[in-house]
Amino acid sequence: MKHVLAILVENKAGALTRISGLFSRRGFNIENIAVGETVTPGVARMTITVEGSDPVIEQVMKQLHKLINVLKVSNLSKEPSVMRELMLIKVRSETGSRSDIQQIVETFRGKVVDVSPDSMIIEVTGTEDKLEAIKMMLEHFGIKEIVRTGKVALLRGAKTTREA
Amino acid sequence: MILKALEIEGVDQIFGFPGGAVLPLYNQLYDSPLKHLLVRHEQAAVHAADGYARVTGKPGVVFATSGPGATNLVTGIANAYMDSVPLVLITGQVASPFIGTDAFQEADITGITLPITKHNYLVKNVEELPSILSEAFFIASTGRRGPVLIDIPKDLFDHEAPFNYDQKCHIAGYNPTYSGHAGQINRAVKAIRDARRPVIFGGGGLIRAGADQVLRELAETARIPVILSLMGLGAFPGDNSLFLGMPGMHGSVTANYALTETDLIIAAGVRFDDRVTGKLENFAEKAKIIHIDIDPAEIGKNVIIDIPIVGDVRLVLEDLLCKLKPGNTEKWFKQIESWQEKYPMPAGSKGASSSLLPQFVIRELSRLSEPDTIVATDVGQHQMWTAQHFIIRAPKRFLTSGGLGTMGYGFPAAIGARLAAPEQRVLCITGDGSFQMNIQELATVVNNNLDLTIALINNGSLGMVRQWQEFFYEKRYSHTLLVGSPDFIKVAEAYGARALRASTEVEATQAIEEAFRIKGPVLIDFVVNPEENVYPMVAPNHPINQIITGGDF
Ligand SMILES: Cc1ncc(C[n+]2csc(CCOP(=O)(O)OP(=O)(O)O)c2C)c(N)n1
Repeated sequence: MKHVLAILVENKAGALTRISGLFSRRGFNIENIAVGETVTPGVARMTITVEGSDPVIEQVMKQLHKLINVLKVSNLSKEPSVMRELMLIKVRSETGSRSDIQQIVETFRGKVVDVSPDSMIIEVTGTEDKLEAIKMMLEHFGIKEIVRTGKVALLRGAKTTREA
Repeated sequence: MILKALEIEGVDQIFGFPGGAVLPLYNQLYDSPLKHLLVRHEQAAVHAADGYARVTGKPGVVFATSGPGATNLVTGIANAYMDSVPLVLITGQVASPFIGTDAFQEADITGITLPITKHNYLVKNVEELPSILSEAFFIASTGRRGPVLIDIPKDLFDHEAPFNYDQKCHIAGYNPTYSGHAGQINRAVKAIRDARRPVIFGGGGLIRAGADQVLRELAETARIPVILSLMGLGAFPGDNSLFLGMPGMHGSVTANYALTETDLIIAAGVRFDDRVTGKLENFAEKAKIIHIDIDPAEIGKNVIIDIPIVGDVRLVLEDLLCKLKPGNTEKWFKQIESWQEKYPMPAGSKGASSSLLPQFVIRELSRLSEPDTIVATDVGQHQMWTAQHFIIRAPKRFLTSGGLGTMGYGFPAAIGARLAAPEQRVLCITGDGSFQMNIQELATVVNNNLDLTIALINNGSLGMVRQWQEFFYEKRYSHTLLVGSPDFIKVAEAYGARALRASTEVEATQAIEEAFRIKGPVLIDFVVNPEENVYPMVAPNHPINQIITGGDF
């Protein structure tokens, strides 16, 4: 099963290396990863999607917790949460196909953010399922390039995963 | 600034080796009251600091230079990390402007040691140095102990900055749990009361936590037998009738049978290493397991735990002790005694060979040593024979490389122990393979006239590996026979140490007696039967009750 972990970490030199190093050393697979600032200065938040059984994930979380720079680790898959990922897709387009593409993009509430004579860039945000679906729909036009941010997530409701 | 911090932390002994990037530090050391032991290889400095730390309980301190000096520390750091030994290592780094340019003697030692330190630091400016130093000592010596490395660019050593040193530092992401959860403790008490065939299985955590006294009271009060891992030896008296020995690959038959038949394991400060559990699916199938450990990540890592208790083992055992009554374990002890009678520790092959048996040598060393003797071993057959036959009566008297299995550990560790405990006898039991991995430290012991005995169990081979080749690779002895080893007597004498040789039982006893009378470094070359194997043995990844007993009982 896939688990989405939120890790609050002191923004110090080497902190991210420690975390990614831990995953590779202990044989845990990172599916995707997103990092950014939080409301607290000096604290960064990593969202890591990792595949594994419950005991494996428990071990991952305990090992992460042992890192001195790590302030908090929570498993957001265990609670109701909002998860999103942003994807940019550069797709081949000609005068004939442009409006077809436009229609698909609208269906998925995406945006065309760049157009050139033979390609367009589309921006979509959503769950993994949604991103996979639009990708599949655009495939036969010819996808030239894709970039994804990795998943980010927040708990629903008033609850937070702030540092204690 | 660094030396001042070390003094505040109560450090009195440093182990190290100088070089370009630490010239300023060694310059400050020149007229400092701190003692520094100059070794002949940086690896030995770490092992010596490790031995010192295991005996004193305080962090061992190491200095080394950048690049090769720092990389020479790596094995020792990994060793200390695996065995949870508190160390603070200070390495010089190339000067700040040169970092990242592949400058002369530059190595990314914080990167290299990331997975083998509890934490490490690359100091960027001198203002943060005092807080880094105090954090390093705090982290190394609290919670689950471990090595912490501080890499300091050469230009920072001489920078001045305000020295505000706060020993009681607070680190946001580091809050070890010390007292056990009351509800879990009550569950454990109930499980212990209900058990008919309980065992206590203890490890190195007991020694680090100073839990030997409470362990003894608990075992004696509740009438529960005690099994100790290699790292735990000494946490319970080796000659106490409740002690069943070490379990696992070369453990006692009784300990392995008891772990197989028990209905309750009270595991304290152990981590269920594969050398102990054998095949996991068959490990302690009939037992509930209570696991007490300061490191939550150890609980449930290898075996499934019924009652986890995160906390300091001493505190948790104290909590358990005040709630326990004598248990009804007489029938269980009858069973255990019958195993003990049937399967004593094998004393070695009889008959065929007239030569000296290593097991005899270890038993004689044990018999002739004072009870407070500190024994450091290397890695291999001699290590296992020592664990089996040398009676360790108290904690901090048995130093061995448990987790990493580092050949070359024993001799420098004995040096560290020598400096840590000036009143106690120090004995290094080593093999002809392992000894040659840090043999250069003979210079260190002779230079400083360190009083210790090196018992070299010379079987002319890398015995433990040879044994595996005999058992599992059709006696194809690929590169395990150490032909062309030097005459160790001459080597020792060339360095200026005394040396004796023994090839028979009578000579062995005499040599030990004589060596123990001599003040200063002495080596005894015990020329032993090269074909001796370590029994009992459980083949790797087999259930621990499938035991090759071999030998003669
Ligand atoms: C640094 C290192 N290299 C290799 C090994 C693998 N190894 C384990 S035991 C052993 C043999 C040790 O020989 P010796 O020190 O003579 O001890 P003996 O087994 O003969 O008592 C070897 C090579 C190791 N443990 N450590």
